Amino acid sequence: MEATASEPVTKRIWGRVGYGGTLLIIAIIAILVFYFIDSLQTEAVLASAIRQSTPLILGALCGLLGERTGVINIGIEGQMLSGAFVGFLVSVYTGNLVLAIFAGVLTGMLLGTFLALMSVTLKMDQIIGGTVINILAIGLTGFFYVGGLSTEGKLRAIPIPFLSDLPIVGKTFFNWPPLTYLAIILVFVMHYVLFYTRWGLRTRSVGEHPRAADTVGINVFAMRYINVTLAGGFAGLAGAFLTLEAVGSFERGMTNGRGFVALAVMIFGRWTPLGAWGAALLFGLALALTTQFQFMGINIPHQFTGMFPYVLTIVVVALTGLFGHFRPPAAVGQPYETEG
Amino acid sequence: MVQSNGKIVLEARGITKRFPGVLACGDIDLVLYEGEILALLGENGAGKSTLMNILYGLYRPDEGEIWIKGEKVQLQSPRDAIDRGVGMVHQHFQLVEVMTVAENVVLGSEIVRAVDRLDLRAANKIVRDLSQQYGLQVDPESVIEDLPVGTRQRVEIIKALYRNAEILILDEPTAVLTPQEANELFQIMRELTERGVSIIFITHKLKEVLDVADRVGVLRRCQMVGIALPAEATEQSLAEMMVGREVVLQVEKSEAQPGKPVLKINDIRVCDVREHEAVQGLSLEIREGEILGVAGVQGNGQREFVEALTGLRPVESGSIQLDGQDITNFTARQVIEMGVAHIPEDREKHGLVMAYTIANNMVLNSYYEQPFSRHGVLNQEAIRENGKKLVKEYDVRTHSIDARAGSLSGGNKQKVIVAREFSRPIKLLVANQPTRGLDVGSIEFIHKQIIRQRDSGIAVLLVSAELDEILSLSDRVAVIFNGRIASTMPIAEASREKLGLLMAGAEA
Amino acid sequence: MTTDSSSLEPEKGTRNGRVGIGGWLKRTWLSIRIPVVAVLLSLLIGAIVLIIAGANPIEAYLALLKGAFGSQVALRRTLEKATPLVFTGLAVAFAFKGGLFNIGAQGQLLLGAIVAAAIGFGISGLPFIIHMPLALAGGALAGAMYGAIPGLLKAWTGAHEVITTIMLNFIAINITDYLADGIWKDTSASNIISRTPKILPSAEIPSIAFVPIGFLVGIVMAFVTWYVLYKTTLGYEIRTVGLSSHAAKYAGIRVAATIVLTMTLSGVLAGMGGAIETLGIVGRFQPGFNLNLGFDGITVALLARTNPFGVIPAAILLGALRAGAGRMQLYAGVPSEITDIIAALMLFFVSADMIVRWIIRAREPAEEEKVTLSTWGQS
Repeated sequence: MEATASEPVTKRIWGRVGYGGTLLIIAIIAILVFYFIDSLQTEAVLASAIRQSTPLILGALCGLLGERTGVINIGIEGQMLSGAFVGFLVSVYTGNLVLAIFAGVLTGMLLGTFLALMSVTLKMDQIIGGTVINILAIGLTGFFYVGGLSTEGKLRAIPIPFLSDLPIVGKTFFNWPPLTYLAIILVFVMHYVLFYTRWGLRTRSVGEHPRAADTVGINVFAMRYINVTLAGGFAGLAGAFLTLEAVGSFERGMTNGRGFVALAVMIFGRWTPLGAWGAALLFGLALALTTQFQFMGINIPHQFTGMFPYVLTIVVVALTGLFGHFRPPAAVGQPYETEG
Repeated sequence: MVQSNGKIVLEARGITKRFPGVLACGDIDLVLYEGEILALLGENGAGKSTLMNILYGLYRPDEGEIWIKGEKVQLQSPRDAIDRGVGMVHQHFQLVEVMTVAENVVLGSEIVRAVDRLDLRAANKIVRDLSQQYGLQVDPESVIEDLPVGTRQRVEIIKALYRNAEILILDEPTAVLTPQEANELFQIMRELTERGVSIIFITHKLKEVLDVADRVGVLRRCQMVGIALPAEATEQSLAEMMVGREVVLQVEKSEAQPGKPVLKINDIRVCDVREHEAVQGLSLEIREGEILGVAGVQGNGQREFVEALTGLRPVESGSIQLDGQDITNFTARQVIEMGVAHIPEDREKHGLVMAYTIANNMVLNSYYEQPFSRHGVLNQEAIRENGKKLVKEYDVRTHSIDARAGSLSGGNKQKVIVAREFSRPIKLLVANQPTRGLDVGSIEFIHKQIIRQRDSGIAVLLVSAELDEILSLSDRVAVIFNGRIASTMPIAEASREKLGLLMAGAEA
Repeated sequence: MTTDSSSLEPEKGTRNGRVGIGGWLKRTWLSIRIPVVAVLLSLLIGAIVLIIAGANPIEAYLALLKGAFGSQVALRRTLEKATPLVFTGLAVAFAFKGGLFNIGAQGQLLLGAIVAAAIGFGISGLPFIIHMPLALAGGALAGAMYGAIPGLLKAWTGAHEVITTIMLNFIAINITDYLADGIWKDTSASNIISRTPKILPSAEIPSIAFVPIGFLVGIVMAFVTWYVLYKTTLGYEIRTVGLSSHAAKYAGIRVAATIVLTMTLSGVLAGMGGAIETLGIVGRFQPGFNLNLGFDGITVALLARTNPFGVIPAAILLGALRAGAGRMQLYAGVPSEITDIIAALMLFFVSADMIVRWIIRAREPAEEEKVTLSTWGQS
């Protein structure tokens, strides 16, 4: 039963594109149509979509880097919240936004190392480990929270010359503050690293078959520690984005479940950075549309629009279970035991 | 057959390894000459894999020294062993299913261009070159999960060759091959030795040792019992060295007295987990009081076939009849209640709840019936009494019936499963690889139990990858290939060669 | 290790499987020493955090103790905090036994609370003996349905219950918010916030001195949970699926149905907890409080090592922590969130039992004692 290279073309295209890709194509066509109907509203919706999708894509990158190396991370929420908090505090006390971003990322990485410690060395159940991080983050941010602080303003948009003047694409993609650009760049960087470099090959092997990796001399523990720590950095960056770029201040519990929605984005994106980006954009678009409906005067109680991201997440997770052969890395969630 | 020039290429002295609560490997000496094939013989659980894992750097010995090419070495990890020219082909392949052949071969020793960029084109080329050089046909760009077992083994060998292995350790390599494929492997092994590679070849199969080895080291209970020369040894003498007592190599059984057909399978089609058709129109009949052995290489639909039979997998088309009643697509419980006993292939995953006590495991198929429960309430006394009774009857070695099943040895685990399955009235016994990984004593016990069932009028379906087991136990033999029965014959007409050809898909 | 099987001994220290008092005490210590040490370690680290924040840990902990146990009022507060934790702890522990991680106890509790409130204030003219059980049952039913949802999703689509239950928690907050702000709102003149009216006296669950009767109900439910798990065929099936769904399948147990049933029953427990919170402690449904109960339930379940009886002392412990937080904030000037941190540390230490074992030089546990749910992505 060897794979043949001569599968019908349609099947191969479908294999690449799949349900998600089809949805994306439909969405793009719909956007173009609406642009011609009402360009202003379309642009507003698209802008909102990108804004919503940024923390989701960063969270998804965090989740997928961890799972690709075999470690489940449901503590993305806690890592985001902590990154948001520390980034915010640093910007308040130093006035230096760049330093604050680094602080947020570093906080995420620190919690990533903690997760690695729990999962790899202590061999704890990884879901409990993630829960510990979430509860700890709520506790620590609540404990050290001081009300009434505000930053020196947030990061501003940096329009890219010429490109930002293009219709539709211009305002949507080329007129953003730095972290939004960074998130998109990171998607491509991560995709390259994961699938085209030696580091990526080894990372993936550790997540699929750690013993095989061990027998060829790869240090499974080191790979997991490093990758999970780096992954935490993405979540920290997402938090920093929330306080330093999107909102401009910190509120307790402000991540509001985004870290978990990011997991659905990761699954829907088939554990690949590009796939997750597409999924994040779709999610962002859906979320932007619901707020748009409110503006348009469609009378939906605010609790229902508030529910929407969570309902969408459940629907996505359920449907991917039904329709996709969506499979996480084979060894995910199992602590690696060396023998002897 | 002896090619070596007497130069010692690997030497182990006084290797000792202790495991908590289990057998210790004591004071093992081993010498490997350049260009020879050294077989390491021992029954399952004798410590062969442990010793080899030490030589490969996966385990660290508690005592002893290892010398490679005249130099004393400390192997902290497989990296060290690889660097010293030791390569290993594991019994359970260490291949990443979703990656390609080339990716698996170069993993850990990848070819890189600037900025850590993987050079897969170079990798593909190297794999192609190696496969041509050594006659191991393999397509570097194919994905492992699409490859049959025999091909995967070739990938493992290429992995070792890519790393310039001068010492090659093969762990039970023929477990997944037909007799013909095994012979091909032996040919490859000889060619490798002609190029200066030295081979250690682990097995529990006596015939193979006599066929291909230059010398044989026999391990018993992880102690080195002695070195034998195949030229002077016989299967009988080797078996006795292996087990330490006189061994009866042939199973004693009386002539079968088959009665009416009990199981009729008509043209069933079953899909596997990836929705491919694994069983493609299989028909079979088994009569009461006979053992039908189904021989075949792993991956030809046996798993799906057995699961369909026992209600664990849907039958897409065709029918199954037990004693005249249609049981196609009955649930697992219904099948059990119809009188089908199942000894599953993976005893630890499917046959037992490792964390449960022995007594609790004994009622896995009957807890919901009297006397073990009434109106939904369990009767712990009855469960324990039943456990005690069965442990005695089947000679399960344990210090307490409250012990967890996970603490038992492999043979005793299998005894628990057998005891449980036979404690209900049954018409059909489905035994899937019933003696895999067991020591000789346990193998004898299980075989006796199977024959006992057969003699009391039960129909037995024996699925096994061990041809010797099929040949010694069966009254009739069927060969499964590509999801169909290739041929059925009475045992008198069956031979290794004939079965081997059928297992490989050839006409016999 | 192997002996002649004709002289089968029951487990050492037992007589025919039953133990004497001395043996019972020893066994109990062996099973609680890890949580005990975990709690002590958490308090230690909590003290360090307090020092970093500039507070005096001894002062703080004394205030905490007094606030939890120092008077009848304090004891009552502790038990009131502990009562819902008994139920969420049982819910989570029960689900764990079935191999499932019910992080959704929070949402199931919320729905149970509001449905009980609605029955409590909405139906008048019923005697206590009908009204109260009706409200309680309503809450339990609401919890059951809300627990069944992730169970069904997992059985039909394989959607992992961790994501679905966490999402359902958020959704429950929104739904109950909407109901308390809408059709079930307290529309009396004196009320401006979104909450339900007070329940009628005929639905109230009273207390005896400082012991809420709801707490006693919790003790009864602990017994019921234990009984179901260990004495019934249903419990046998649930535990088998929890320990090895593969072996369960091969034994003929219907795994998907068992999963749904486990989540539903877990939801019943959490829903009951919410109902009792409304009927016996708060008296109405008011969004915004009791948001910790879900996560605390997880901590309680793990401190109890998923043993239903162990949930009771664990719930009291965590209830005391929460009850004393107010006094600690008042008298020692320490933000009550320190209890969140200590609770998180407890969860950590009791789950990272490697650390604790190393400290007290204990061996590896039996397989059944370990709590692992590596079912993510596995089919």
